[in-house]
Amino acid sequence: MTTDSAHAPATDRSADSGAHPAGSRRAGASRPRRSRNRDSLAGYIFLSPWLLGFIGLTLGPMLASLYLAFTDYNLFTAPEWTGLENLGRMAEDEKFWGSVRITLIYVLVGTPIKLAAALAVAMLLNYKAKGTGFFRSAFYAPSLIGASVSIAIVWRAMFSTDGPVDGTLNLFGINLGGWIGNPSLIMPMMILLAVWQFGAPMVIFLAGLKGVPAELYEAASVDGAKAWRKFLSVTVPMLSPVIFFNLLLEMINAFQVFASAYIIGSGTGGPGGATNFYTVYLYTRAFANNQMGYASAMAWVLLLAVGVLAFILFRTSRSWVHYAGDSK
Amino acid sequence: MTTIESNPAVPVPRNTVGDPQPRPRRRSLRRHIPTAFWVVGIVALTAIVLYPLLWMFSASLKPNSEFGSNQGFFPENPTFDNFVKVMQGIAGIPTWKFFLNSLLLGIGAVIGTVISSSMAAYAFSRINFRGSRILFAAMIGTLLLPFHVLIIPQYIIFRNLGLIDTFWPLLAGKFLATEAFFVFLMVQFIRNLPRELDEAARIDGCGHGRIFFSITLPLIKPALITSSIFAFIWSWNDFLGPLLYLNSPDKYPLPLALRIFNDQTSTSDYGATIAISVLALLPVMLFFIIFQRFLVDGVATQGLKG
Repeated sequence: MTTDSAHAPATDRSADSGAHPAGSRRAGASRPRRSRNRDSLAGYIFLSPWLLGFIGLTLGPMLASLYLAFTDYNLFTAPEWTGLENLGRMAEDEKFWGSVRITLIYVLVGTPIKLAAALAVAMLLNYKAKGTGFFRSAFYAPSLIGASVSIAIVWRAMFSTDGPVDGTLNLFGINLGGWIGNPSLIMPMMILLAVWQFGAPMVIFLAGLKGVPAELYEAASVDGAKAWRKFLSVTVPMLSPVIFFNLLLEMINAFQVFASAYIIGSGTGGPGGATNFYTVYLYTRAFANNQMGYASAMAWVLLLAVGVLAFILFRTSRSWVHYAGDSK
Repeated sequence: MTTIESNPAVPVPRNTVGDPQPRPRRRSLRRHIPTAFWVVGIVALTAIVLYPLLWMFSASLKPNSEFGSNQGFFPENPTFDNFVKVMQGIAGIPTWKFFLNSLLLGIGAVIGTVISSSMAAYAFSRINFRGSRILFAAMIGTLLLPFHVLIIPQYIIFRNLGLIDTFWPLLAGKFLATEAFFVFLMVQFIRNLPRELDEAARIDGCGHGRIFFSITLPLIKPALITSSIFAFIWSWNDFLGPLLYLNSPDKYPLPLALRIFNDQTSTSDYGATIAISVLALLPVMLFFIIFQRFLVDGVATQGLKG
């Protein structure tokens, strides 16, 4: 991201100066200021829909939600300033901590498994140069539909008492008696649903793998490196920018899981709070209990948590993400 | 030759170090063995990944009496009864109405996204205006912003505008390019176009409007197609938006209708619930099969440039 935006303007400028022959330098000298102003006007005209959306639907609401986080607001009477009371109530709210716990498990356990699956399959596909298009598409399909209500319903049916998953496990003598009603089996089931959608990060890994020069592997072979050694010393460092990108995006997405948890728990967060993911609880507080202030405080806690996570990732990335051309 | 070398997960046939000769023919036989393993592995994996979808189609053809009793993959007495039942509708509203609502929302989302995102992308990639860098950074920042931070104030805004229980709150964001993914995708695409075309047009006296319509838009058609398909599918699958803003069942798109089906009938009528899930996914699957190359490549470029 950074390298790209840093290089683009530089090449633009050189292209510009190349376009004007040296003889017309005087004519060009007065041009920049006037055209800059005209360009600014044109820029803002083209940008106006996005700018309106950014101010009206993103930046404004963010600030409004920050204000509401310090109030008591039920949507019908004016917001009442309560200071840090929402945070205090949150600290004592067992359901809140339950939702934090399961969401963190889902993000911190589910995402690495999903990415490991994505990388493994990407390497498997990269093994062949041709004829992998069909598999690439087939593996990508779940990413496109996995968050839909339809799939949540199918997942529920598959993992229910009479469903095919239990049916298959029964053949091996394992009898779990249905996953849906069992609070301790909801999390594995949700993580399986997330891992099933490994296709999107896999496609990105695959594109990254195509960019790893074959000479590096050949050099490693000459040095006598075995497969595992080559994976650690060539593949992982060369892919580290892509791993970083996938990790950041997938973790942020995982925090926002909603429809599957809502449908699988029938909107109640049950059984035993096992589907009461952070976003489900936020929705319940805001739109079922009309506690907009409390829910806004929850929203900002989520934003801060995501921010802290992104910050940690960015900070640690300096030690493990290598960009091509860097001298280590 | 490099296919084996380039994959570290697969054991590399031991090389006699420093052998510059082309490999003897004997090796080709040995190469078939890992290939066979590869084919078996990849086919097994495909079967596992596609199993839920295949199961769903198969289960939608099972009569209700077979749920629970027949745990096999195939229905013993396949029937279309579930689909017939589902098409009768729910809560007095015919099922085609839910499809129509989803279709209208999807078309609106595509039109809004394509217009607003391509305009923003052109400004970010081709116009050198004051503040462009900081606004671009802000746009990238919204890529990482959890949507749930915005739902409460957005709800309050649309409520004060009297737009609850209309399609407008679901479409407004699309016409205002709030989905940064699309802007970013198009920015990447425009940046790769040769600038000489713009320069030539400018020398001929074209303004930004003409350049945008006559040069940029036709050239970024693949990005527009990718964005349209994603915009449509995401709108089609969206659950939270309609859940927040739509109250009357006759305005429900499919995901909300599915939810009523799920709540009202799931215990007694598995078949019908699965059948309507199949119907709701069918358009997405068709889109995917037709346009898969655009979708998968779109995702791939996003990652590479990011």
